[in-house]
Amino acid sequence: MTVHADVARRRITELLGSADEQILRRWSTIAQASADELRELYQALRNSLAHEGDDLTDVRGLLAELSRSRARQGYTPSDTARAVYSLKEAVYESVEDDGGADALRGFIWFSRLIDDLGLYTIETFATAREKVIMDQAEQLLELSTPVVKLWEGIVAVPLVGTLDSARTQVVMEKLLQILVDTGSEHAVIDITGVPAVDTQVAQHLLKTVVAARLMGAECVISGISPQIAHTIVTLGIEFGDIVTKATLADALAYTLRCSGIEFSERRHTRIAVRTEDA
Amino acid sequence: MTQDGHLAISGNADLVMVRQQVRVVAVEAGLSLIDQTKIVTAASELARNALIHAGGGRVSIVVVEDGRRRGLRLTFSDEGPGIPDLDRALTDGFTTAGGLGLGLGGSRRLVDEFDVASAPGKGTTITATKWARG
Repeated sequence: MTVHADVARRRITELLGSADEQILRRWSTIAQASADELRELYQALRNSLAHEGDDLTDVRGLLAELSRSRARQGYTPSDTARAVYSLKEAVYESVEDDGGADALRGFIWFSRLIDDLGLYTIETFATAREKVIMDQAEQLLELSTPVVKLWEGIVAVPLVGTLDSARTQVVMEKLLQILVDTGSEHAVIDITGVPAVDTQVAQHLLKTVVAARLMGAECVISGISPQIAHTIVTLGIEFGDIVTKATLADALAYTLRCSGIEFSERRHTRIAVRTEDA
Repeated sequence: MTQDGHLAISGNADLVMVRQQVRVVAVEAGLSLIDQTKIVTAASELARNALIHAGGGRVSIVVVEDGRRRGLRLTFSDEGPGIPDLDRALTDGFTTAGGLGLGLGGSRRLVDEFDVASAPGKGTTITATKWARG
């Protein structure tokens, strides 16, 4: 069996060598790619097969390059894989001309090898895509958690989107760092942009508030919409003595008052602050 | 989503998918904004329970009608360890995962109909329905 297999393999390798120009021409016709583009790949494949041990590193490297350059030209990964698979058809014509049992048996082995290489181009494509997605997710994580200064001693964190553990971690770290850097005593966490507050989000918020408190800063949670208030009550989450406000404006007014800053309308201050009875 | 309208829950990213899909179907079923938020929150709790306690599961999201009104039915199923003591699990503040212990009981309050079928070693199936108020 192994003797047969070796002979079969050798026969295919010989064919790839002796009929190289013919195969390459056919391949480039079927794959609709220039022969120059494929020649390097073909040579690398021949070289790897000529040596024992199936070292396909060079071939894979070239395939990855081909896959990338074709993707840039607008080919889909299937197109690239199909181009690789068409080598089978080109080689089969030479195998048929040969007609020997060894060549046919070898073709099965060769076919399987090409299948693997075709799949490899798809894998390369998927890996490249995944990397882009992961990079973007990371950037988004950074982008979506700004800490802004509202007033001397008052910072705000506008939260937008879903709050999962990873984001809360980033938010908490950033907020605590800013509290230290700016010496702020008040922080407003605005959740206007958070579509739903479930128990995990609530727990994350509560932890952030407690952590800020440990550093001597008071947190106000603002942006609680009617539907979120309804949901929180039904869920049974208690915010305890944490101050919550409906809007960011209310929260700013509240924190300003706590800081002892007052505005009066008679002085024509351009900032209108709604005052509440103490 | 698969052909039969099931969503797989196998990671944190899927929780986002579940919430978004439930929101889309809730709008389709004609739920008010408050009811949308409630069912989305309940879906988030139940999906996370399936993920944390059973390592994953799946959910089907369907629009239902009973002749008079339309609504949304979510069916969460998993092949996890099951819930040994359902009454305790539904008690507020009871948690085995370090959360607030309000997920299951809170979800029951957030929806109109709530049914849990679970046995130790047999997995858990939770059906939650929210009707649109006409």
